[in-house]
Amino acid sequence: MELEKFRYDNQIVKMFGIATVVWGLVGMLVGVLVALQMYIPALNFDLAYTTFGRTRPLHTNAVIFAFVGNGIFMGVYYSLQRLVKARMFSDLLSKIHFWGWQLIIVLAALSLLLGYTTGKEYAELEWPIDIIITLVWVVFGWNMFGTIIRRRERHLYVAIWFYIATFVTVAMLHIVNSIEIPVSLTKSYSWYAGVQDALVQWWYGHNAVAFFLTTPYLGLMYYFIPKAANRPVYSYRLSIIHFWALIFLYIWAGPHHLLYTAVPDWAQSLGVVFSVMLIAPSWGGMINGLLTLRGAWDKVREDVVLKFMVVAVTAYGMATFEGPMLSLKSVSAIAHYTDWIVAHVHVGALGWNGFLTFGILYFLIPKLFRTTLYSQKLANLHFWIGTLGILLYAVPMYWAGFMQSSMWKDFTPEGQLKWQFLETVTRLIPFYAARSIGGTLYLVGAIVMAYNLFKTAKAGSFLADEEAEAMALSKSYAAHSKDHWHRWIERKPIQLMIVSLVVVIIGGIIEIVPTFLIKSNIPTIASVEPYTPLELEGRDIYVREGCYTCHSQMIRPFRSETARYGEYSKAGEFVYDHPFQWGSKRTGPDLAREGGKYPDSWHYNHMLEPNSMSPGSIMPPYSWLLDDDLDVSTLKTKIKAMQTLGVPYPENYAELAEADLNKQANTIVANLKKDGIETSPKKEIIALIAYLQRIGTDIKKTSATDSSKKQFTSKN
Amino acid sequence: MKFINYLESIAGVSIYPLVSLLLFFIFFTIVTVYVVKADKNYINRAKNIPLENEI
Repeated sequence: MELEKFRYDNQIVKMFGIATVVWGLVGMLVGVLVALQMYIPALNFDLAYTTFGRTRPLHTNAVIFAFVGNGIFMGVYYSLQRLVKARMFSDLLSKIHFWGWQLIIVLAALSLLLGYTTGKEYAELEWPIDIIITLVWVVFGWNMFGTIIRRRERHLYVAIWFYIATFVTVAMLHIVNSIEIPVSLTKSYSWYAGVQDALVQWWYGHNAVAFFLTTPYLGLMYYFIPKAANRPVYSYRLSIIHFWALIFLYIWAGPHHLLYTAVPDWAQSLGVVFSVMLIAPSWGGMINGLLTLRGAWDKVREDVVLKFMVVAVTAYGMATFEGPMLSLKSVSAIAHYTDWIVAHVHVGALGWNGFLTFGILYFLIPKLFRTTLYSQKLANLHFWIGTLGILLYAVPMYWAGFMQSSMWKDFTPEGQLKWQFLETVTRLIPFYAARSIGGTLYLVGAIVMAYNLFKTAKAGSFLADEEAEAMALSKSYAAHSKDHWHRWIERKPIQLMIVSLVVVIIGGIIEIVPTFLIKSNIPTIASVEPYTPLELEGRDIYVREGCYTCHSQMIRPFRSETARYGEYSKAGEFVYDHPFQWGSKRTGPDLAREGGKYPDSWHYNHMLEPNSMSPGSIMPPYSWLLDDDLDVSTLKTKIKAMQTLGVPYPENYAELAEADLNKQANTIVANLKKDGIETSPKKEIIALIAYLQRIGTDIKKTSATDSSKKQFTSKN
Repeated sequence: MKFINYLESIAGVSIYPLVSLLLFFIFFTIVTVYVVKADKNYINRAKNIPLENEI
């Protein structure tokens, strides 16, 4: 056997490491900003670019795709090379991957602040960026598989299985959910509408959590915890079951959220069984991680790397226990739309993803720079203020969520709702304040870490190419076996990928097929009509300003909701909603029946200064909507795009749309004038008012035929 | 949202959860049998990969 000499590429690991720290700080800083904006509306600066509806998607995208994303790549590029005893397949691909990903992040940040968004949570980026993401992802996969094929270690360690499953599943999710029809370079409409769009989006959303925030990090856990503790994983057999059960079950977890009230009773119970079953692999993984440290707890007390990792794995266990509980119908009825969910995701993000990343950074940076950590004291300080930060974040949010939900459901003995919506919000302000302190502490901890790592790097000397040697793989097997046996082994990673893909596709198909069948099975409500051109433009403003980050458009069939908002939402009402705008959080009230609730002038004044209409409101002002002219240059393309998607505008309506738009705008201007407001029909606010006054009104029309006469004059 | 009405009108929709559960149990059984039967040497070998030839 031949001993081969080669070199590990540490340069790319360092680059991803720096990006992880830098984007982590940026993402957390924006997080603190949005936390402050929640109770100090002045911090929206009355600027479109810095208003909550845009900064909140910036925060979520930054921490998920920039911080955690770079963290994944840092860990994968370090561990994969060592697990397969080979240098990364191509230095060029590594570089393209790195710079491509950073380009995506910069484009994402700019475009989100500029208001270019698809309006679908965690998938807000517009179609050109979606395409770049796909390309860069392929580069990552290519590089990874190239490395695996050239490996000098026959067995693929379980961490690599998690990386492979991550790669194929994220590719599938991203592509299916991003199918959209472009209107311009910066605007597109989701291919799916209403209920179907919601189902696809949450199939994506749920599994993005699974396969971007969970599986790659489990792979990292299986490499870095044994490394840091210097002992093998507790049970390798358990890790195999953990892997297959997790990827098999996770992808199905969407359906029980989505079809929750849909399926017959026995099937509902089955859905609950499935979600509860998901606890088993999740906890199997957690236990495997923690038990790896059995007999080494004395090390945990001293080693800051292990401290971070223990808290991370514990947070993972808490979040994955809570997840299935939240999918129970009765719990969901309380928690949904409240800060409870915000608390839940932050236990995962701050605890699991954040702390595991910190642990890996404290482990890697001294190794890469061949030195010891600059200051153990500072690292310990980071650990404690970080942990305190998580607690100060999560506890108030759980409390706030539970309290607000109870207030929403409170009735007086006379049978009236006890609290105005606004009262349930202003009550939360102390909790929001506490949360922002928790978040700030967490950020301060991360800054301390950045300083500590910087000092460490400065004191050491970086080793870009690390010498290593290992036996060549192929020779030994070719010697005593037939040719095909060897080839089979070499193909094994590909086979593993294919099996993983099949496994997730099975779950995907079983979830998605009923989804598509639903489309043809949603009873159309005769009085539900397409949006008028002005309303369509107004809706695009609604999407652009990220109104869905605070307002839902989905009234659940509870007495407490129908009493507050009106008739509960019907599936047939959303058939022309590309994309759906149901939202997931009610920082403000639900808007599903907003149309006709207030006069036009109320909306005008409310957008200028929300406090003037709702004293104590924490909604930011949107004064630029009153000043900016509506851009109707893409109106024709928009109508045509909608027609392509099956929205039944009359033939050639694109040509007539602008005339209809102007007509409706003039009506609204006349209405405003009656209330003493002088404005031009060209302003954006007019379109937004048109849309807001339309939402949820279609089913109130007494006769479908009457209303169809009112719309689309071109028909006559 | 009462999806139940729409789903029930899909012919044979009740087969989906049934097939799901069946598939999972078959799959899970196969994995478990494989893991229990897996060669001890292989398990030990794979388990120690991360700890090998550290510089």
